[in-house]
Amino acid sequence: MGRVNVKNVSRIFTKKEDNGSMEALHQVSFDVEDGEFICLLGPSGCGKTTLLRIIAGLETQTSGEITLNGVPITGPDPKRGMVFQQYSLFPWRTVIDNITFGLEMQGISKAEARKQVEKYIDLVGLEQFKSSYPYELSGGMQQRAAIARALANEPEVLLMDEPFGALDAQTRNILQDELLKIWEQKHVTFIFVTHSVDEAVVLSDKIVVMTTRPGRIKEIVKVDLPRPRSRTSHEVNLLRDRILKLLEEERFHR
Amino acid sequence: MNFIKTIEEKGIEVLSLITAVTIWQIVADKVVHDTFLLPSFYDVMRAFFTIVKSGLIFTDILTSLLHFSIGIVAAFIIGIPLGISMGWFKKANRAIDPIIEILRPIPPLAWIPFAIVWFGLTHQAAGFVIFIGMIFPIIINTYTGFKSVPKVYVEAAKVLGCTRNIDLIRFIAIPSAMPSIVSGIRVAMGVGWMCLVAAEMFGVSDRGLGYQIWHYYYLHRMDVVLVYMLILGFMGLLIDRFFRYYVDAKLLRWTSGTVV
Repeated sequence: MGRVNVKNVSRIFTKKEDNGSMEALHQVSFDVEDGEFICLLGPSGCGKTTLLRIIAGLETQTSGEITLNGVPITGPDPKRGMVFQQYSLFPWRTVIDNITFGLEMQGISKAEARKQVEKYIDLVGLEQFKSSYPYELSGGMQQRAAIARALANEPEVLLMDEPFGALDAQTRNILQDELLKIWEQKHVTFIFVTHSVDEAVVLSDKIVVMTTRPGRIKEIVKVDLPRPRSRTSHEVNLLRDRILKLLEEERFHR
Repeated sequence: MNFIKTIEEKGIEVLSLITAVTIWQIVADKVVHDTFLLPSFYDVMRAFFTIVKSGLIFTDILTSLLHFSIGIVAAFIIGIPLGISMGWFKKANRAIDPIIEILRPIPPLAWIPFAIVWFGLTHQAAGFVIFIGMIFPIIINTYTGFKSVPKVYVEAAKVLGCTRNIDLIRFIAIPSAMPSIVSGIRVAMGVGWMCLVAAEMFGVSDRGLGYQIWHYYYLHRMDVVLVYMLILGFMGLLIDRFFRYYVDAKLLRWTSGTVV
């Protein structure tokens, strides 16, 4: 079960130097159903990453409330897995030891943990590389391992902060397809931050379009297209066009 | 075959060493003519074999290594936890840093009188001087390593269920800071080795490589002095090589390929 409710969340950053303050998020509310795939989409600086970090428990909101299955979020928890934009694998651990990290933290022995994560290594296709160190892996493989590491904790929600942002276009397309397969198999709620309209349209059930600073919700767009989606079909193009116009409006309003 | 291959690969290095030794021998033997001012290579080799035969060299090496070990173990036990707490807890840093900044510029050799007063003419006294020389590079590099732990590793660990300070230090900060800690230890070993000679010379000990240099100087046996100097050099080199080999193979395998 992974139902996330975001209610009137605001976040104000205070600057120490000049006693000023900056509002990153303003009264953001939306609901994510169990097993849904939603994208937070917006221009850079719209607070989408801040929102994701608050859901992860790595930052706190100034006001408002976020709940997971009705329970307020107060700090990081393995129930909410996260994949970061930067490469975040621990470089001193091999791929498999990175993936077992969460289980080891739960007190499961290394040998037992290694057995348990085998299926996640298969899922992301890294069998051959499980004993490699991160520096020996390409960027795409590192992010695959990071996804497996987050999944190994069997989270209810998987938070992804532009995980494919640093990858080349082809690798990104491949990983998007793989991610959807994982989502279909695993029944996990996905909250995916991106600034790419294409990515949001291909992946999500719902797209939360956000405005620039302070971040507000511009519109929540439901994507009612059957999967697997073609990246170039007429319906996909129409939807992409609509969302691009929403974002453009935002630019002219400022 | 292997031997020939080594000669082929290391030809220039070997040739350079042979040339240096030859020039030394000729200058000492034909120009200076005085074993007090400059003992020749031959004199030094002869002195070396006399010391080896008498067995004295082994007790001296062992004594010096004992002093060195006392210093390094103490510097580890005190320096690493101090560096860790300064790097992880801001308040600990504010409390400890001023004290360290005042003590650090005092040359380790200036502590020799107190080493003798506190510990007497014992191995611990020599170890103490070495400890003083080693502890600051260890503290500072541990601290720096901890300061530069990338934030994303700490956050990744937190969302994976590693939230207590003790676990974050153990599983994230220490491994991440290891390259910096290790280079601190290497610097410290260099400084410690220098302190060793001085500590033993100034009478903190009555044996050891540094002590013998001084002792044979009084006896005007400069050939033996030179033997001990060379032994000190080779021992220092060996310790450093051994350490580097061990560390690169065991602790820092994951950094191969990155430029440090």
